[in-house]
Formats: sequence, C-alpha cells, structure tokens
Amino acid sequence: MTQIDSISLDLDLQAIRSQFPILSRTVNDKPLVYLDNAATSQKPQCVIDALSDYYSRYNANIHRGIHTLAEEATLAYEATRSAVQEFIGAASAEEIIFSRGTTEGINLVAYTWGRQYIKAGDEILISGMEHHSNIVPWQILCQEKNAVLKVIPVSDEGEISIEDYKNLLTEKTKLVSIVQVSNALGTVNSVKEMIDAAHAVGAKVLVDGAQSAVHLDIDVQALDCDFFAFSGHKIYAPTGIGVLYGKKELLESMPVFHGGGEMIKEVTFEETTYNDLPYKYEAGTPNIADTIALKTALDFIQTIGKAAIRKHENELLTYATAQLEGIPGLTIIGKAREKVSLVSFIVKGIHPQDMGILLDNLGIAVRTGHHCTQPLMKRFGIPGTVRASFALYNTKEEIDILIAGMYKSIKMLS
Amino acid sequence: MSQQSILEIEKEIIEDFALFDSWEDKYEYIIDLGKKLPALEEEYKVTDNKIKGCQSTVWLVATQDNGRIFFKADSDAVIVKGLVSMLIKVLSGHRPEEILEAKLDFIREIGMMTHLAQTRSNGLLAMIKQMKNYALAYQTIQGLEKK
Repeated sequence: MTQIDSISLDLDLQAIRSQFPILSRTVNDKPLVYLDNAATSQKPQCVIDALSDYYSRYNANIHRGIHTLAEEATLAYEATRSAVQEFIGAASAEEIIFSRGTTEGINLVAYTWGRQYIKAGDEILISGMEHHSNIVPWQILCQEKNAVLKVIPVSDEGEISIEDYKNLLTEKTKLVSIVQVSNALGTVNSVKEMIDAAHAVGAKVLVDGAQSAVHLDIDVQALDCDFFAFSGHKIYAPTGIGVLYGKKELLESMPVFHGGGEMIKEVTFEETTYNDLPYKYEAGTPNIADTIALKTALDFIQTIGKAAIRKHENELLTYATAQLEGIPGLTIIGKAREKVSLVSFIVKGIHPQDMGILLDNLGIAVRTGHHCTQPLMKRFGIPGTVRASFALYNTKEEIDILIAGMYKSIKMLS
Repeated sequence: MSQQSILEIEKEIIEDFALFDSWEDKYEYIIDLGKKLPALEEEYKVTDNKIKGCQSTVWLVATQDNGRIFFKADSDAVIVKGLVSMLIKVLSGHRPEEILEAKLDFIREIGMMTHLAQTRSNGLLAMIKQMKNYALAYQTIQGLEKK
C-alpha cells in the first residue's frame, strides 16, 4: 500500500462521530459506548433528516398519484432502488425487491420459490452458524414438502470446511442458504466458492447478507448468487426496510407472495393478473420514508468508502481481540481466519447476562445471549456469549472502556 | 412470632437498599444474595420446572404446607438468582390470596425494574407469573377441598 492510500483510508473519527447524535448521550450517567452494532447500527443525522424531510415536505403514496407530492415521493423511492442496484452490483433495478428486512426476504423466497420448486425428498442445505431467520423458514418448508434440511458442520474455530460442504452437496440439493458473515462469530464464509459448487450440482443459492452488506464489497453478479438478502437498519438506515435481490429470470418464474396493492395488474373477481418485477413482490403501500432514507444511508457509506470503514473496523477487531485475550479465564468463541468486526466471548464461571447487566451500568452496550443462533450455541456447549460488535464510529478508547468495565464486572461477579 | 406480611418484607428490602450509595454496592448485594441462595437439588432442575427467558434460565419449585406456599428456585445467572432470592423472601410462606394480591412494588422502588421489564431477556417476569399461577392453583384446590 502506498502512503497516499493509507492516508486516504484513515477516517476522521471525530467528524464521523459528530454525525451520529445518539453517540453524545449518556447511559446510566456514563458516556454511551455502543458496541451492539451487529444487532442494529446507529443512524447519522442525514438519515434522520431524510425521514423528517419526507414527512415534512412530500409525504404521499407512490406510483399512482397524479399530483406533485406523489411524483416526488415516487421518484425518491425509485431512486433508492437504483442506489441499491449499484450498491450490490445487480444487473437491473427490477431485481431489487424491497422487504421489511433480511428475515422477510428469506421468508419470501421460502414461500414462493420454495413452494413452487421444492418437492418431497429434495434437500436444502444450511450451515450450523445460521441465525434463526435462516433456519426456521426452511424448516417450515421442509416439513410442508417432506424435504430434508441438511446442516454443514462448524469447526471449533467457527469455520465451515469447504470439503465438508462439498460432501453434503448432492444432486438432490435444490437450495443452499448460507450466511456470508456470522452474526455470532464474525466468520466470513467463502460464499463464492460455495455458490460455484452448488451451481455445479444444479442447486440455487441464497446469501444472507445481514451482517456482510455493511462491511464487504457486495457484487451479486460476480458472486453469481441467486438471491441475496439484507436489512437496512444494520447499515445505518432505518428499521423496517430491507432488500431481497433475486436473479430476474428466477423472480419472474416464481409465484407471488402477498396479494394486493402494487402487485396487481388487473383484478376481476374471477382472475387477477400480476404486475411486472419488482412490483410483483411489493404488495400494499410500501415503507416509503424508510426506503427513501435507505438511499441516504447508502450514499453516506459510499462517501466514506467501504475500504476505509473495513480498515478501521479491522483495526478495532485486532485491538479488541488482543486486549480480550489478556483477560484471565476469557475464551473467544469464533477464531476464524477471516472475520469481520465482532468478537464473541465467554468468561469462565460468569454468565453472559450478568456481564451484560453490569456493563450496561457502566454505559456500555454489548449483546449477550444466544444471538438468535441457539443451535450454534449448543454446538459450542454454552448458553450464550458476550458480543462486542464494531461500527465505523467506534474508537480504541471505547474498547479500553469495555476492557476496564469487564475487569470491574469480573471482580464484582467472582 | 407473628408472620410478617408481604408488604412488611418489601418495606424492609426497600430500607436496606436505601443504604446503598452506589450502583456497585446495590449490585454487590444482589450478587451476594444470588450466591447465598442454596442451589436447587439436581432432581428439580427438570424441564417441567424451567422458566425459560431469552438469556438465563430459572428453575422454580412450589410446595404447600398448612395453607401456605413455599418456593425454591435457582438460576444459571447470578444477578437473576439474587433477584429471585428476593422474590422468594417476599412471597414464600404466604397464603395463596396474599401472593395473588402482591403488587411487588419493591422491585421498582429499589431500581431493578429495568431488569424485569425486559420481557425476553430473562425469566423473571415469567417467574412472578408462575409463582402467582401456583398460588392460584393452590387456592383453587383449597376451595374445592372446603366444598
């Protein structure tokens, strides 16, 4: 790396932090240290303003109104679709379906593509590190269709062995649904290799990008995944808005999901014809304000640059890992070679919830528990972990506060 | 010795907590209560006695003697166990109707409501509900026996 590159990749942390109003609040009389970004990120002022601006200036229902406000709202809404297309490298805007979030995106695929194409005896492959949203919809589908749900094992380090994965792939495998970055371990999976192997046996692949979209450069065409789902709220956008990407020919071949509103072309009591993509999957009045603010969040990320964000977050991860490893009795859960932005751990003799409660009293927000990955916790034989997850606005000083807080909590609990 | 009412025990706990200057003192006291609460015998740590929260698990056992209900409990998290210990101190040994009427305002008064209000994060609210369910069940049984 040249000198110029390294300068351009350094974030002006104070300038960034000042854009997030919540970071200046106190919690339990202490300055907030927010390390629960894998659950949801905080929002910059520009995203908050985008919401307020929509409701103050041009709140209107979209796509059908003839008046100025409807036109402005429609344009802003559709501008987000184009921004998302660019953000994930989709071939066309028609492949971008707005959902409530990752969970709804996955469910949409399970209930439409799954209902149409999965038959008795077919196999769906997921991994042992999936969160419940990427387990339960497939379980429901398999029960309904008498299909088989197979699970790729996770190693002690928190990785998936490509060998194990390929051994599970058969001609019966119709779908692989895999998380790109684990929310509980931070593991980055080699999804490109997995997608190629799945396609070789004729299976489709859904990539759960809930934790990856904010950190990694996403190019769905380069990945060649069939579906990609992510949530807005984990990438500095509001809650309640997410994206399901699907290859056009697949989305066109699938049956509809919800009925009503924008998804229709013509309705009689005898028959309904459905709208074209992407509207076919966007029934009812959509989440207009949050969708519009999603573009603001994507612009915010693009302005800073994912490379700079990743560099900063990786520095925080390396720093936090080294500090945590110095704490007696502490074990890091998930030591994959490729990790991003979070560290999960347990401390011998201490329940994660107790640690979380005491840290909260110090103003430190971490996640404790099973992180909606109960089968993964069972695999490691633990009730849960403490998880510190980092965003672009976190600092090394905050990690120092976390470490000091942990020493204090351990002393109180021992 | 006459038995203290639920309200009297709550009042004592509130007075104890008023002595603490800092949150650390308060939590050290609760942690200490958690450590002192005898572990539940393994035979009772079965699914039927489990009250599952999102994060920690509470086991609760109720018995009755002479019209009064006695509770024993355990948890895998020590702060929850300390809070549980206080609930047992307040509710155990009382008649079903007293338990059913108890509003347990002391939890809010000592500043612990936050850890109870997070309904999915622990089994405590569920435990209070379960304690009251036992009380209701015993009350019903007593009513039937009188008939």
